[in-house]
Amino acid sequence: MKERMINMKDVNLKKTLLVIAAKINGKRINMKAVNLKKTLLIITATVTLASHAVAQTSVRIGGLATLDGPFVVLGQEAFRAMELAFEEANYMAGGKKIEWIKESSDGRPDIALAKARKLIEQDKVDVLIGPMSGGEGLSIKEYAKSVPAKTFVNGFSAAQETTLVSPSPNFFRFSPDGAQWQAGLGSYVYDAKGYRNVAVVSGDYSFGYTQVLGFMTEFCAKGGKVREKIWAPNGTKDFSSAIARIPDKVDAVYVMLGGADAVNFLTQYDQSGAKAPLIGGSNLLDQTVLSGKGPFRNRLVGIPSAHMVADGIEDAKYQNYVAKYKKRFPDALSAPSAPFFGYYIATKAVIEAMGQVAGDLGGDQAKFRSALAKVKLDTPAGSVSLDENRQSIANNYVTEVAQRADGVLYNKVVKVVPAVNQTLNQPRDAFVARGVPSRDNPSCP
Amino acid sequence: MKLLLLATLNGVTLAALYFIAASGFTIIFGMMRVVNMAHGSLYLVGAYLGHDVASSSGNWFLALAGGAIGAALIGALTHALFLDRYQGQDLRQALVTIGLSIIAADLMLARYGGLSYQFDVPSFLYGSTPMPIIGGYPTFRLALIGFAFAVYAVLWLVVQRTRFGIMIRAGVDDRVMLSALGVNVPLVSTLVFALGACLVGLAGVIGGSALSIAPGEDGRYLLSSLVVVIVGGMGSLGGAAIGALLIGLAEQIGLAYFPTYSIIVSFVIMVAVLAVRPYGLLGRPA
Repeated sequence: MKERMINMKDVNLKKTLLVIAAKINGKRINMKAVNLKKTLLIITATVTLASHAVAQTSVRIGGLATLDGPFVVLGQEAFRAMELAFEEANYMAGGKKIEWIKESSDGRPDIALAKARKLIEQDKVDVLIGPMSGGEGLSIKEYAKSVPAKTFVNGFSAAQETTLVSPSPNFFRFSPDGAQWQAGLGSYVYDAKGYRNVAVVSGDYSFGYTQVLGFMTEFCAKGGKVREKIWAPNGTKDFSSAIARIPDKVDAVYVMLGGADAVNFLTQYDQSGAKAPLIGGSNLLDQTVLSGKGPFRNRLVGIPSAHMVADGIEDAKYQNYVAKYKKRFPDALSAPSAPFFGYYIATKAVIEAMGQVAGDLGGDQAKFRSALAKVKLDTPAGSVSLDENRQSIANNYVTEVAQRADGVLYNKVVKVVPAVNQTLNQPRDAFVARGVPSRDNPSCP
Repeated sequence: MKLLLLATLNGVTLAALYFIAASGFTIIFGMMRVVNMAHGSLYLVGAYLGHDVASSSGNWFLALAGGAIGAALIGALTHALFLDRYQGQDLRQALVTIGLSIIAADLMLARYGGLSYQFDVPSFLYGSTPMPIIGGYPTFRLALIGFAFAVYAVLWLVVQRTRFGIMIRAGVDDRVMLSALGVNVPLVSTLVFALGACLVGLAGVIGGSALSIAPGEDGRYLLSSLVVVIVGGMGSLGGAAIGALLIGLAEQIGLAYFPTYSIIVSFVIMVAVLAVRPYGLLGRPA
């Protein structure tokens, strides 16, 4: 009741503000404009105070994703995911009303940091969900250390160092990292496809290094050799020189590129007349590429890849999730994307933990955080829990591109690797000792 | 050896694309001293319009015509509505075109979204052509060289051998005198602007076929055209050809031999040329 009344007042105040603004514009009372501005300030202050009174019965959740820059489509998916998760909870968490504040980055770490600061320091959010990309995740994690009373839940960023090396006690990641996303792929192509020598073409940034490490860890352990690694700067359009550097005698080429870069590479690889089959990193074969138009499509069927979700999961729970997505967002993609999944389970985890502590965010959120660390999520792609660094342990799906009867391409699941942890189920000390992924680490020429 | 040959061929074919895109830019500057910062937007408009034509007609050559004509019309409108009134005021014209390019980028994002598009090129241009030593090379990229020569030849003929070309050259030298001789100079200006826009629209469809179309390409081709034209000399067609060749080769050979630093190579060349010849290789003072 109380909330409603204040909301009503808000509406009236807004009307008053509009009228005043209109009068200022109308120039008739230009002289009084200065006084009016003061009045406006006072009114604004009153409104702010009023909403703070409400804040005790509500929880503020900030959402940080990319509605600018190269990941626009992914950012839209992220906010759709949060919206769906909130709607399923009727915008209530642990008995408190959810206030949702969105901010957009453009995929660059400094912009993400500035927007995270704005959400925490000006909008006073209690929990921040985001960001989208690897470099952003690293800067948000460092920032999280300076505001220990707030809680950060990762959206979709997947750089390995974020949680493996000097983690922040208030930073949680329910989606696996880029290396975990490749679990199972290295041994699958070695055993089932019989590839022994491969070349790597990858985007030249931390997520690329992480994925290549994930692939090579298994592939090299089996005895496979990576003859050449070719790093292309992000946003490369012309891959012809990169393609020229692929050695002649390789069994396959592992490609870790996404979005427009992937489309450009696939087209030019096809045109170059190269024969070696391809292996896909997690982003090479997402829905934006599979539903793309162009002659490169002929090459896609049969390419193996791996990710934390796959549109070919036959499980009824997953199909139900896809159906929910399609019903709620009929104009969006043909199936929920991986970033949608990442933000969706992050939001679900926050709501779940809020419920367990009955909305108690007191004591610098200590109770809430210990509940969040113990959350066991039953997601559409299997169960998810956290390790001691608050990093996800989850299933991973090895897939192969296949064609449905109606011509639609999708990633058919060929192998499920259960409960992959961040050290790819190897001893933690040995795994960490091998160092963070880089252009030259790992290496097995 | 094979890598060097491939990288050189890649450089030459990329240079051909850069030349087609930059030729319109340099012609517009040569005639009107307008630094058209919306040049990249016209590239992207041409590419998207061409894609619309291709997806409704299924014919790549119609797409080529559609992209070129569409961009030419939009270019002519831009000039008649926004630029003609600021004749001679370089800075204002540059600012107006920057503003237009920002608006155009958002309008195109709203209309076409963030996904990347590609053209289905005719089958005789798709695939690879067998070649000695390197084995095979993408046919369409070889065709780029042909397109560049065609554009150069047509432009040369228009500028050197037609009455319209005489007016353009006269306008470059003395605009007032040309007007006094009874030539409708604003109309000639608009036509030249349309010609430049037509060329870059054409480049949009050709570039979209060789690589792909996506938001952000406008800035990329504006930058490449600027670098090419600054290196070659503003307003000179031959300069644009030489500049394109230098930049294309440097980018591709850099990408093949020292990929980490390839991004800066073209700018190093630009700095070096400006230090020695401030008006570019074939440029002359305005």
